[in-house]
Amino acid sequence: MSLIMKDVRLTYPDGDRRLVALDDVSLTVEPGEIVAVTGPSGSGKSSLLAVAGALVTAESGTVAVAGTDVTGLGQKDRDRLRRDRVGFVFQQANLLAALTALDQLLLVAHVTGAPKAAARTRAMELLDYVGLAAKAHRRPGRLSGGERQRVAVARALMGEPALLLVDEPTSALDAERGHDVIALLRDATRERRTATVVVTHDLRHLDLLDRAMEMRDGTLTPS
Amino acid sequence: MFIAWRELGYAKGRFALLGGVIALMTLMVVLLTGLTAGLGAASVSAVTALPPGDLVFQEPAAAQKTDFATSALPPATVTALGGDPIGVSTTRMTSGDTTDAVTVLGADPALYPATETGTAPGAGQAAVTAGLNASIGDSVTLSGHTYTVTAIVDDVTFNHLPVVYVTFTDWQALARTDTASAVLVDGTAPHVPGTVAADRDTAYAAVGGYSSEQGSLTLMRVLLLGVSVLIVGAFFTVWTMQRAGDLAVVRAIGGGRGYLLRDALGQALAVLLAGAAIGGGAAAGLGALASQAVPFVLDVATVAVPVAAMVGVGLLGAAVCVRRTTTVDPLTALGAAR
Repeated sequence: MSLIMKDVRLTYPDGDRRLVALDDVSLTVEPGEIVAVTGPSGSGKSSLLAVAGALVTAESGTVAVAGTDVTGLGQKDRDRLRRDRVGFVFQQANLLAALTALDQLLLVAHVTGAPKAAARTRAMELLDYVGLAAKAHRRPGRLSGGERQRVAVARALMGEPALLLVDEPTSALDAERGHDVIALLRDATRERRTATVVVTHDLRHLDLLDRAMEMRDGTLTPS
Repeated sequence: MFIAWRELGYAKGRFALLGGVIALMTLMVVLLTGLTAGLGAASVSAVTALPPGDLVFQEPAAAQKTDFATSALPPATVTALGGDPIGVSTTRMTSGDTTDAVTVLGADPALYPATETGTAPGAGQAAVTAGLNASIGDSVTLSGHTYTVTAIVDDVTFNHLPVVYVTFTDWQALARTDTASAVLVDGTAPHVPGTVAADRDTAYAAVGGYSSEQGSLTLMRVLLLGVSVLIVGAFFTVWTMQRAGDLAVVRAIGGGRGYLLRDALGQALAVLLAGAAIGGGAAAGLGALASQAVPFVLDVATVAVPVAAMVGVGLLGAAVCVRRTTTVDPLTALGAAR
């Protein structure tokens, strides 16, 4: 299994009380499987991604990514896990404004210390895979919203992740471009054997995914 | 420095502005340093040119400080010290139709700077520095006494005035005194009550106005360096805040705090080095021109040291501010997580 979350609980301080973001959440995603997590704003979807991606530590329960128990890992080990095993696609793409599409991918290789020549070859292959090889040297400002999101997908795949975590990938896209991005994520998941979790409140493209779960008030249930 | 170089290319205008400010600040600091050294030399180069040894002065009164102009060592004290007596006074020198304000330094010829031409003066004779309008064989008048110039010595100054050297005995006659301003001694000289010994650096302060002049210019340089720290710090504070979102993304994809800190400091260092090099180079060029008109020292110490200081203090200011890069929470890349 690439992602196993079992009885995960997470709360945040909210004035004098604590807000329950994840309430005994369990989720398993296998390699090559793409799962949607839907739900209204504030239901805990992004918190689920944060815990699964080792950005925050759960208060209780267990989280394992590609066989590594995330629970109890220190800051540096969590950084390493994200670098080596996890790929993120953020809402609004979150590309670095100063970097070209190619550099967005090479940054991942630089952070991991991968050899330059091999990284460049792989980055160009991935840009070709997402249909943007011809725009490799454009900065985000000269790419459309859909193109930026496809660069973000390529960047997330650059480190050959076991787990792909995707946060609201279609929120800034029209239906057609949103469909293209979700289809791209599905194909990449199948071909590269990643376990993919797509958090979204956009229900238009759920038929492209393997299954969907619904998050409501911190509780995750099959939808 | 993967991100750093690309940001430098992307935000060319902003970094060029900062680099320009650093270049201007470096220009001012280097010019002030050269001027400080030049004015310092104009004040004390005659003291620097003296042979090695300490200078002994009359002990000043409680509220006063040691000064060549007020120190008067009696003959008995000079004899007890056993060194070479030196007399210093300021007067006018008339040579032909020309009159110059000069410092007259009375001492044994062994204490004079290197002779360019001529022979060491004896009684009734004088050695003049190369910058004065006098030649060997000329008669010059100092305080009503006439001397024949027998030597031209290296160009030194005392309290910003060119120096005329005469024998100590002639100086006493000229100054109408039987005392000495100071005595040059070696390390074995006895301590004589009523005197105070000063090494060469301390003796410089006994030249009128030297300490005030150097202190004022040094204060200006320190203030410029301080302002530079604030400017660089302010820029990188704003810059770091502006790209907090990018930094969060890099942290989220696994970039460590050290990775971000090294990148940010490398970026600051690149801007500082470029700005300081441009400013230092421009200052060296202007300094070369200025040295033809004003006292200005242009050498490695007056250029490289202030350039290095500018880079050093700038990096310090940047380090304090880009330290914030290590506190960026990767969770913010997810936006709505909290």
